[in-house]
Amino acid sequence: MAPPGNRRPGYSRRAHNNIFFAYVAAGVGALVGGALLFGSMSSTGNFASLRNMASDVTQPAAKLSAQGRSAAGGAWGVAAGYFTSGPENARLKKEVALGRVQAVELATVKQENERLKAMLGLTSDTPKPITFGWLVASTSASARRYATISVGSLQGVKSGMPVRTHQGLIGRVLEVGLHSARVLMITDPESVVPVRRASDSIPAFATGKGDGTVQLRLLTLGLNPLKVGDAFVTSGSGGLYWPGTPIAVVSSLTRDGAIARVLGDPAVSEMVAVLPAWAPGDDPTLPPPADPVKAKADADAAAKAAAKAAKQKAAE
Amino acid sequence: MPANRLSRRISRAPSPLIAYAAPWATVALASCLPGWPLIAMAPIMPPLGFMTLLAWRQLHPGLLPVWAGAVLGMVDDLFSGAPFGAAMALWSVTMIVMDVIEARFPWRNFLTDWLVAGVFIIAYLALGWVIAGRSGGMIAPELIMPQGLVALVAYPMVGRTVGLIDRWRLMRFRVLG
Repeated sequence: MAPPGNRRPGYSRRAHNNIFFAYVAAGVGALVGGALLFGSMSSTGNFASLRNMASDVTQPAAKLSAQGRSAAGGAWGVAAGYFTSGPENARLKKEVALGRVQAVELATVKQENERLKAMLGLTSDTPKPITFGWLVASTSASARRYATISVGSLQGVKSGMPVRTHQGLIGRVLEVGLHSARVLMITDPESVVPVRRASDSIPAFATGKGDGTVQLRLLTLGLNPLKVGDAFVTSGSGGLYWPGTPIAVVSSLTRDGAIARVLGDPAVSEMVAVLPAWAPGDDPTLPPPADPVKAKADADAAAKAAAKAAKQKAAE
Repeated sequence: MPANRLSRRISRAPSPLIAYAAPWATVALASCLPGWPLIAMAPIMPPLGFMTLLAWRQLHPGLLPVWAGAVLGMVDDLFSGAPFGAAMALWSVTMIVMDVIEARFPWRNFLTDWLVAGVFIIAYLALGWVIAGRSGGMIAPELIMPQGLVALVAYPMVGRTVGLIDRWRLMRFRVLG
């Protein structure tokens, strides 16, 4: 098929001008786009208000699709349940019998724990969620891992707050609109979460790999003590993420750490809780902050260590 | 019959608003569609907005002006997760290069259209990967390959859908006078 002859508009000067200016406009568009790209690459926070406005506008439609998604998943679960209900029932009965005994034991332990905490004057460190919302959209066509949640500044969400499902950490709030917010997921390569092994508190950093897993890098060098199946929780160091939130389970080992599968899979649960950002200074269970001179020396040492780590990473 | 479908009948005519707004609206909608069906843990959805733009451009050269890439790219930037301006620049360049290719190779068929669109899609995904890496989100290159394959296979279907919408675009409505 040949294209229409709109390139040769005849002798009309107006038509010639129209074509010419359309090309000029296209070229200007490309240049302006390149300039904006350059600007937003230097600082990712630029144009956040535009993005938030757009996600606020599309939030109702996205929320509707999220609810449909969740209903479809539930319907599938119900249908699949018919085929497995017999053995499942027997297994659950056995589990309930065991669970009843354990629940009694747990209750006594809990009571004792509360008594001991009261003696020490400690308060509970479980945060009360700011609000609950849906994961409504994600950037599934892009190399970056951002998600949009259906709550925003009207519900009290602020930038920096951690977001979790009942299974584990999802990420933290990056930009906040009126009734939607953008979340940097823990699987994004830019996200770094301080974590520790749940069993013995070996500290590590979890960096996203962009494919539903995180790379765990141990802080201590030497023999790699990790094993497949080790569970990691957030350590809370540096603030922001509450300590003790489950984050990932090791799926394969690497030379300096491991690759771990993320626990808070948004495909399983789309309801999320937004927690207040954790500030270690507010926690009465921690020792009082150091005096300024020591704090400055500590900060210098930390900066030096970070520079060393960066150098080491560059050398790799 | 096709010519008749486009012509004006007594007291029924296509709506100029729908006829001109349909390509813009469908590309903008296709830009935000990939984010809705699932919360993805990896880049798997094809870049639907870009593919819809290519499909409209190939179905109706000249229906979208050559500067449409900048405007529609800006809309895509709001939803795509790429740094703002990425799609604006890349889509503008795409529209200009499509014009150059059309002037060079005026005769086209289904296969050459698919080939040209495939080259554009792969180049777009690769550049998007480079831009994401430069802005702090470097991921392994093999992670965008499934997305590229899905996009290549899905492109004719996007073209078909755009063709269907194009027929609806010129639907006749009752007019007075």
